[in-house]
Amino acid sequence: MIELRIHGRGGQGAVVASKTLAQAAFLAGRYVQSYPDYGVERRGAPVVAFARIAEPGDDVFVRQDIKEPHHLLVLDPTLLDSGNPIAGLRDGGWVVVNSPDPPQSLGIVTRFRVATVDATRIAMNHGLGTAAQPVVNTAILGAFVRVTEIVEMDDLLRAITYEVPTMEEENCQAARDAFDSVRTEVAV
Amino acid sequence: MSERLLLTGNHAAAYGAMLARAEVISAYPITPQTMIVELLSEMTASGRLPAKFITVESEHSAMAACVGASAAGARTYTATSGQGLALMHEMLHWAVGARLPIVLTNVSRAMAPGWSIWSDQSDILSQRDVGWMMLFAESVQEAQDFILWTYRVAEQVFLPGMVGMDAFILSHTAEPLIVHDQEAVDAYLPKFDPLYDLDPAEPRAYGGLVNRDHYFEMRYKIYENMDRAGQLLVEAGEEFGEVLGHRYTPLEGFMLDDADYVIVSAGAMTSNIRQAVRDLREEGMKVGLLRVIAFRPFPVDEVRRILTGRTKVAVLDRNMSAGHSGIFAQEIRSAMLGQPDAPPIYGYVVGIGGRDVRVETGHQVLHDLLTREEPELALFVGLKGLPIGPVRKDFEIKPLAPLEVMQ
Repeated sequence: MIELRIHGRGGQGAVVASKTLAQAAFLAGRYVQSYPDYGVERRGAPVVAFARIAEPGDDVFVRQDIKEPHHLLVLDPTLLDSGNPIAGLRDGGWVVVNSPDPPQSLGIVTRFRVATVDATRIAMNHGLGTAAQPVVNTAILGAFVRVTEIVEMDDLLRAITYEVPTMEEENCQAARDAFDSVRTEVAV
Repeated sequence: MSERLLLTGNHAAAYGAMLARAEVISAYPITPQTMIVELLSEMTASGRLPAKFITVESEHSAMAACVGASAAGARTYTATSGQGLALMHEMLHWAVGARLPIVLTNVSRAMAPGWSIWSDQSDILSQRDVGWMMLFAESVQEAQDFILWTYRVAEQVFLPGMVGMDAFILSHTAEPLIVHDQEAVDAYLPKFDPLYDLDPAEPRAYGGLVNRDHYFEMRYKIYENMDRAGQLLVEAGEEFGEVLGHRYTPLEGFMLDDADYVIVSAGAMTSNIRQAVRDLREEGMKVGLLRVIAFRPFPVDEVRRILTGRTKVAVLDRNMSAGHSGIFAQEIRSAMLGQPDAPPIYGYVVGIGGRDVRVETGHQVLHDLLTREEPELALFVGLKGLPIGPVRKDFEIKPLAPLEVMQ
C-alpha cells in the first residue's frame, strides 16, 4: 500500500488532487481511498488531503490519518515554512513542491527526494483560477506522476477529465506541461 | 448493469436513495452531510431521479415534510447530522407513532458546544429510544446498501429507520463503490405499498387524540413490530446477498471462533480495530471482533450467544453518556446481565469529537483489556496527558483562571 499526503491552501484544489490521483489508480484497477482532513473550509488556510493506493489485488484498508506517508505533494511553497508538512515522511520519499525555484534551494534534507515544478505559472498559462488564486492541482499531479511513476500519465489524464468540474482540456494540458518541466536533483 | 465507481460515503448515500427510487426527499443542508442533499438535488433537478425535492427552512420542517409525504404513500428519504438530527427529535417521534417507514441517513458528528463537525456517535445515540431502526455503516458501500436494506424491512413493519455513517471518515472518504443494477434493486425492493394513504376521495383523520384505553396498545404494537424487525433484518440481509451480491447480518464477527477476548465496535473505526485484532492474533493472542451493525432492534439473543463464555469483553464507544458509560457498553452489559457464564464487560470511550481512533488505539485497548483486573464502566482512551483509565476522583472543581484585562 502506498500512502500519500497532500498539503495545500483552501482553494488550490488539494482535495480534488487527492481524489484525482486516487481515481487514476482506480481506473488502472487498483483499490484506493481518498479523503480530506477537513477543518471548516476557508480560502487560503492550510488544507491536508490523503490518498491510499493498494498493491494490485489488495483491498484491505484502515481509516486513520496518514502520519507516515510514502510521498508528499506541497501545493504552496510557503507551507514549508510553517506547520512542517515534511513530518513523518518515509526515507526516500518524494516531496513534490509547487515552486519556481530549483529543488536544491528549498533546504529539504537529503534523505528525501525533492522535485519542483512551477505549477502556478503553468496554471496561469492555461487560465486555471485567477492570479490571486491559481488552481494548481492538476499541474502538480503531472509532475508527481512523472517522478513517482505511481500511475501512468494516460490514467492521470483520464482521471482529470473525469474529476475536474470544468476546463478539462486546459487541466490535462497543465498536467502535461508539468510532466515535461518538473525539476529534480537527479535525472528521472 | 451494476457499475463500480469511486465515490464518497455521502455520494453513496445519495445513490442509495436513488436506487431505492425515493419519491419524496426533503432535507436541509448541514456539514458534513451537505453533499448528500446537493447530489440528490441535482439528481431530482435533472430528472435522473424522478422525485419531488422539498426545500425547507430547518430539519424539523424536513422531517415534518417527510411525515406528510410518507403518510401520502410516497417512499420518503432525508439526511442530516448532529444538531440537525437533534432539531428533528420531535418529528422523529411523530414518524414512529404514525407508523411511517421513512429512511434517513445521519452523518454522525459531535454535538455543540464547543462547535465540532467531526466524527462522534453521540448525536444518533441520543435518539436511541424514539423507536427508529438504527444501523451503523462501516464502509462507503454500506452507506449505500444499508438504505436499501432498511427500506426493505421498514416497509414491512411500518417503522422508520436511520443509517448512521461517521463524519468525514466515511462521509468524505472516496473509495470503490458498486452501484447496483437498478432492475436488481427493484426486485429486492418493490414499490412501497402503504396500508393507508392520504386520499381526498376517502378522507380520514390522522394523528388525533388517543385516550388512555388505546394508547398503550398502539405503543405495544410498535414494540412488537420492532421486535419482528430483528428477524426481518436477518432475512432481508440474506436476500440482499442473493439478489445484490453481498449478505448483510445484524452482527458481524471476525476471528471469533476460539477468541477468549472480544472487542466490540461499531461504525467506521471498526476497520482499524479489525486490523488491530489481526495484528494481535499474529502475536498469538486469542482476540476477536464483534461488530454491531443493527443497534435497534438490538440483537440481544445473538449477542448473548456470541459473548457467553468469553474471558473478557471490551466495548468501544465513540460516544459517552455522562454519569454512566458509553452507550454501546450499556447495551452489551444489559444484554449479558444475569446470563450464566457471562464475561466481564469493560467499557472504553474513544475518539470523541473526531479524535483519530487508530490501529494503535485498538492495540492499546486490547493490551489494557488483557492486563486490567476489574471491569470499569468507562475507561477513557487517548485523553491528553492521561493513561487509559476510569474517571478521576481526585480532581478539583475550580473556575477557569480569569482573563487578563487590557489596561
